[in-house]
Amino acid sequence: MTTLNSRVPEGPIKDKWTTYKENIDLVNPANKRNIDIIVVGTGLAGGSAAASLAELGYNVKAFAYQDSPRRAHSIAAQGGINAAKNYQNDGDSNYRLFYDTVKGGDYRSREANVYRLAEVSGAIIDQCVAQGVPFARDYGGLLDNRSFGGVLVSRTFYAKGQTGQQLLLGCYSAMNRQIARGKIEMFNRHEMLDVVKIDGKARGIIARNLITGELERHSAHAVVIATGGYGNVYFLSTNAMGSNATAAWKVHKKGAFFANPCMTQIHPTCIPRSGDYQSKLTLMSESLRNDGRIWVPAKIEDAKAIQQGKLKPTEIAEEDRDYYLERRYPAYGNLVPRDVASRAAKERCDAGYGVNATGEAVYLDFASAIHRYGSEQAKIHGISNPSKEKITELGEAVIEEKYGNLFQMYEKIVDDNPYKTPMMIYPATHYTMGGVWVDYNLMTTVDGLYCIGEANFSDHGANRLGASALMQGLADGYFVLPYTIGAYLSKDIRTGKIPTDTKEFDEAEKQAQERLEFFINNKGTHSVDYYHKKLGLVMWNKVGMARNEKNLKEAIKEIQEIREDFWKNVKVPGELNEMNVELEKAGRVADFLELGELFAKDALERNESCGGHFREEYVTEDGEALRDDENYAYVAAWEYTGKPSEAILHKEQLEFKDIELKTRSYK
Amino acid sequence: MDLTLKIWRQKGPQEKGQMVEYKVTDISEHMSFLEMMDVLNESLVAKNEVPIAFDHDCREGICGMCSLHINGEPHGPDRGITTCQLHMRTFKDGDTIYIEPWRAKAFPVIKDLIVDRNAFERIQQAGGYISVNTSGNTQDANAIPISKHNADLSMDAAACIGCGACVASCKNSSAMLFVSAKVSQFALLPQGRVEAADRVRNMVAQMDAEGFGNCTNTGACEVECPKGISLDNIARMNREYLKASI
Repeated sequence: MTTLNSRVPEGPIKDKWTTYKENIDLVNPANKRNIDIIVVGTGLAGGSAAASLAELGYNVKAFAYQDSPRRAHSIAAQGGINAAKNYQNDGDSNYRLFYDTVKGGDYRSREANVYRLAEVSGAIIDQCVAQGVPFARDYGGLLDNRSFGGVLVSRTFYAKGQTGQQLLLGCYSAMNRQIARGKIEMFNRHEMLDVVKIDGKARGIIARNLITGELERHSAHAVVIATGGYGNVYFLSTNAMGSNATAAWKVHKKGAFFANPCMTQIHPTCIPRSGDYQSKLTLMSESLRNDGRIWVPAKIEDAKAIQQGKLKPTEIAEEDRDYYLERRYPAYGNLVPRDVASRAAKERCDAGYGVNATGEAVYLDFASAIHRYGSEQAKIHGISNPSKEKITELGEAVIEEKYGNLFQMYEKIVDDNPYKTPMMIYPATHYTMGGVWVDYNLMTTVDGLYCIGEANFSDHGANRLGASALMQGLADGYFVLPYTIGAYLSKDIRTGKIPTDTKEFDEAEKQAQERLEFFINNKGTHSVDYYHKKLGLVMWNKVGMARNEKNLKEAIKEIQEIREDFWKNVKVPGELNEMNVELEKAGRVADFLELGELFAKDALERNESCGGHFREEYVTEDGEALRDDENYAYVAAWEYTGKPSEAILHKEQLEFKDIELKTRSYK
Repeated sequence: MDLTLKIWRQKGPQEKGQMVEYKVTDISEHMSFLEMMDVLNESLVAKNEVPIAFDHDCREGICGMCSLHINGEPHGPDRGITTCQLHMRTFKDGDTIYIEPWRAKAFPVIKDLIVDRNAFERIQQAGGYISVNTSGNTQDANAIPISKHNADLSMDAAACIGCGACVASCKNSSAMLFVSAKVSQFALLPQGRVEAADRVRNMVAQMDAEGFGNCTNTGACEVECPKGISLDNIARMNREYLKASI
């Protein structure tokens, strides 16, 4: 049986990574040329890993389901990337970034990994600037920063509201350089359907060419999974439509433990849902909370009038507004972490104070920021006694400069001008902190199988702070994996090319083929989306922002029933050997239907509230999450044994030697 | 609202395509255009027909995956948006809407409304990068000061999402707006100046080799670009190219 060993190096936390790097085995450049590495997924984590490994001299095969790595969903990240550079001289340091991240994650992440993340964060910014990423600059030509939720310093670097896009294009350009050199072989419009294990080691994958439908065998000395999160298990989420859990789930079924699946972040600032036909939810960057104030009406009759369309937000007097985050959390105010902000919004809406027709929205208001910036600009430009209109005009220009694309996006979707009336926002599923379990080397419980970025579990604990996803993706890909994988591959320099005509490849391809044929031949009655939506509804209603024992037990049963029905009655038109979008979706939803059950099982097992995992039975008197460090300060790593319901729980006890376990307070 | 859709169907790259008529009913004005397509596809699956293949992913206007030529315009009639950001409120009850793939020799049709945009990939691989190692051992980021003006101009060019609407809107199927955006982004930064001459020469050569046409200053690309990439970039690329050639 596989056992857990986190392989965290000994020694003081500040020295662990340095000492580790100085003592690991290296592969000499001539030998690197004989070693192949497969990277599945080419977002920030996979793209940066592919580029860095290729540059070191390994032969990299990279796989993307898109037509180009540039379209990976990392591109949609808006707000920024954290780094402890202390350019603002506001007291930032590696330790403080480490501390904020561990605290923000509600003490459910691995200390050593998080410290390493903080340690390499500065180099990420240097790297990206060298690549030509056009970060925001101040007038003196130096880099600009802003702050994000859960943090009291300005450590977030950004490129307008398109930071993810620019960072992704940066690592994509680094990939292009390696593709041009022939060091990366790029497989666009390919999807990994299984991992191939030989003698217990990951030695290749089965991939489907999404254009021709052909199954392909690819071998390598190591396989890296970098396929992002599984938020689409909810059907409606802020993830891209194609984001799927297939690669991560297939490696789980081949022996990689899956950790903390229930720790899924609900992001507080999304555009509320509007109808049953809706296909996805759109996120508004958390950076908006720097300048936007969140409120609902203080009086229930005002809220009702707004819901019925009889009252406009601008008609509600200042004293009749409830700025509930500022009221409840004076120290952090509107900048509390995402889990806290999301729950507070749900609490107000559940109490009847929501501000749209469905009662599931709160306001994000820029009026006071527009006034503040406008007055400042008037002074700067020497306008004495500016009119109210002039102040608004000047203020709106500043807001447009900072958040223009976000405001435009909002206006296009909602058909409402957010400069004039407050935005409406509501929480939505966003990022998954859980994922494939990895040790300090980012290796899973399968030898030679690595997992990086959002697809793994290690760095964000039970809740991810804003601007940390980009940081982790690039840290893993550029600076961590290239070292740790070398230590493993140094034992593989005599192995030679891995053949693909072995029984292990035969077997894996046969299974993948049979599954695809099943879908095509099933001729059922319901579409794939029918099942995905059903699953999503159960997940949102019973395994969503707040969970309880009864609902979780029901959810598990319902998911099992949906899955059973899916395998009997799903219908997939079209053919096997052609581009077949329905067939792609069928495989992905089949995986979500298993993952969803493990997700609920994990939530049921954890009898505490922490971060993005909120159990209604475990709350403090004033409604905050009640953690149980004595019994649950562990990582829940699940081992697959044939069915999600029979998965075996392994516990990695978390040690907090450098940070005292404290109740998380943002008051 | 009820609509008549005339949609390009093409089984594969080698097969002949044709316009096929579909009816959709009860379309909400709050739906996005792609959600309307989802509704149509759901109905096709229910009838055991093969749904219409179209590219889409983030549905937030940033991944650049969605395409669709709608009533003769890339990304439809609205300005400054991608197809996924187009809402049905733009249309009227009873409208007939023509939906076609991007049309350009360098973008061959893969299936239905999906085209192959790999020509863009190969142009980028020809030099759309700064040759810096990913070692992290570069100088401190603030050791390369960049004026806010240039950083902003570079960012404006870098905002290109590579969707290909510029090519699809151009009567010559020119890729100049796309290529010039990449060239400009790097040409405006000190890090990118070092190899600027090689970059522009190589990227332009690859662009020509892919079969894209030339720019005749019509400006349709700028009008249809969902990210408002400016024609100024083409002028900048031409200057860079001229400088590199003499």
